Amino acid sequence: MSEKRETIVELVDVGKTFTVAVRKGWLRRERRPVHAVDGVTLSIEPGSMVGYIGPNGAGKSTTIKMLTGILVPSSGTIRVAGLDPSRDRVTLARRLGVLFGQRTQLWWDLPLEDSFSLLHHVYRVPDDRFKENLGTFRELLALDELLPVPVRQLSLGQRMRGELAAVLLHDPAILFLDEPTIGLDPVSKEAVRSFLVELNATRRTTVMLTTHDLVDVERLCERLVIIDHGRVIEDSTVAAIKHRYGTVRTLIVDLEQPSEPLCIEGACVVRVDGPRQWLQFRRDDLTAAALLERVAAQAPVRDLSVEEPAIEDIVRAIYRGEAV
Amino acid sequence: MDELVIYRRLVGARIRADLQYRASFFLFLISQTLVAGLDIAVIIVIFTQVDTLAGWSVAEVALLYAMAGIGFGVADLFVSEVELASRHIKAGTFDLFLLRPAGTLVQLCAMEFAPRRFGRTIQPVIVLVIALRAVDITWTPTKVALVPLTVMSGAVIFGSIWVITSSIAFWTVDTQEIANSFTYGGYTLAAYPIDVFGTWLKRFVMFVVPVAFTSYLPVAYMLGKPVAFGLPSSLALLSPAVAAALALVARAVWRCAVRHYRSTGS
Repeated sequence: MSEKRETIVELVDVGKTFTVAVRKGWLRRERRPVHAVDGVTLSIEPGSMVGYIGPNGAGKSTTIKMLTGILVPSSGTIRVAGLDPSRDRVTLARRLGVLFGQRTQLWWDLPLEDSFSLLHHVYRVPDDRFKENLGTFRELLALDELLPVPVRQLSLGQRMRGELAAVLLHDPAILFLDEPTIGLDPVSKEAVRSFLVELNATRRTTVMLTTHDLVDVERLCERLVIIDHGRVIEDSTVAAIKHRYGTVRTLIVDLEQPSEPLCIEGACVVRVDGPRQWLQFRRDDLTAAALLERVAAQAPVRDLSVEEPAIEDIVRAIYRGEAV
Repeated sequence: MDELVIYRRLVGARIRADLQYRASFFLFLISQTLVAGLDIAVIIVIFTQVDTLAGWSVAEVALLYAMAGIGFGVADLFVSEVELASRHIKAGTFDLFLLRPAGTLVQLCAMEFAPRRFGRTIQPVIVLVIALRAVDITWTPTKVALVPLTVMSGAVIFGSIWVITSSIAFWTVDTQEIANSFTYGGYTLAAYPIDVFGTWLKRFVMFVVPVAFTSYLPVAYMLGKPVAFGLPSSLALLSPAVAAALALVARAVWRCAVRHYRSTGS
């Protein structure tokens, strides 16, 4: 018997079509279908962390809403933790943690600890599990000082730490994060990221996250799924995407003396700043060592570094349809 | 049972949150009590001009008003929160209810619970006590049982109307006025002997939006009054059944509305 690969999230040819009414003059309205998600097929293995990215309006949030049972797909099938989210919404809710970065699920006017104890009852978490989890998250997310503070008085970074604990108190198998670091300062962002890494390592919680901050993706996700216009346009590891699209590297050299832009076969100077010059070259044409040799032949080099393409630039190029 | 536990917890949280703004809480409580007082004032004003209304004395109409008022007040306290569905849909926060392992209606009513609405029932309860002493009723066990049963049925009927009319919000937003004309409007009609209305309005409150069952029919039965359209006065005993049926309709409409929301996301 051949063993089928285990999946915890599975989408097969999933589509979601909304009908949008467009006003055409007085009283006359035209109804037009909009394909927010248009045939997405995707499967996620338990314990993995997947980045789900795409430009605004690409269909990310609509996909998350279908996976969590908020929206019913127009076509295709979805299985999450072995359940159909649109049918078994309530049962599935106990196995999911969902965090929308732009929306709070905490009780605004009450101390943070009250939100936790309410969720304890709403999710019917066994008392010992609840105590244990709360203890863990208090430590990992440094919540002790925040517990007696009304949520409305917390800073965004503090609140996000509270939100993370809140969605994890019931031991969800899968965590959906919709822009979890939006609006956070660099320190808070890093706190969220390292917490997620720790969580995934210790509990094997499956994480699917949408974000516009590709540092999140580089730091957290091995796999990257890019969608645009409701379709998956790329689904691969971050390393493979970099390798495939990031063919253009940059050699930065500090010459002994300022000079005219160098003229070297296989590379072109994109920037000059005093004695420092930036040379772009294609990985397939030339190695960095070979290029350095050619540069040194023209002018003495004092220092150098090689810049790999940033994932941000690659993704931007993919969104624009420029990368091939 | 689980839903009841969740409901109690969420309501408790809401009350604690409201008590953070203590002054405004008590001001609202007082204003709600006073507003309810205006309704009986209108009835008293009418009776300064006439001695009877379609054969009903002032004490009898007061009883009618009190029974409808308590039922309405209870529905207002526990179910009228459903009106806020439209606000949650617009703000996108309705999604949060769908993410939690509990019914959406229970969560909405619990999260928006407003204890200050309790003020609405104080005044009709006082009127009920006074009116029961003033009217002339030959009490039977059935009639005694009918007092609490009517109030409960009334609460369920008004609550169901609230749920049904608020469900419209899932299709088109900003429909609060339409919804209110059925809930507050229905309550206003329920507080008068329906014999004073025209035929169509009578049919409407008897068979379409059955607010006649919240007070008029049971009170007519207690007082031994003839009932509109010459129907048997024992029709009043059907109040609990009508309430149960309407509650089932309300549940179906709400489910249909949520299903619509989940398929359109608007």
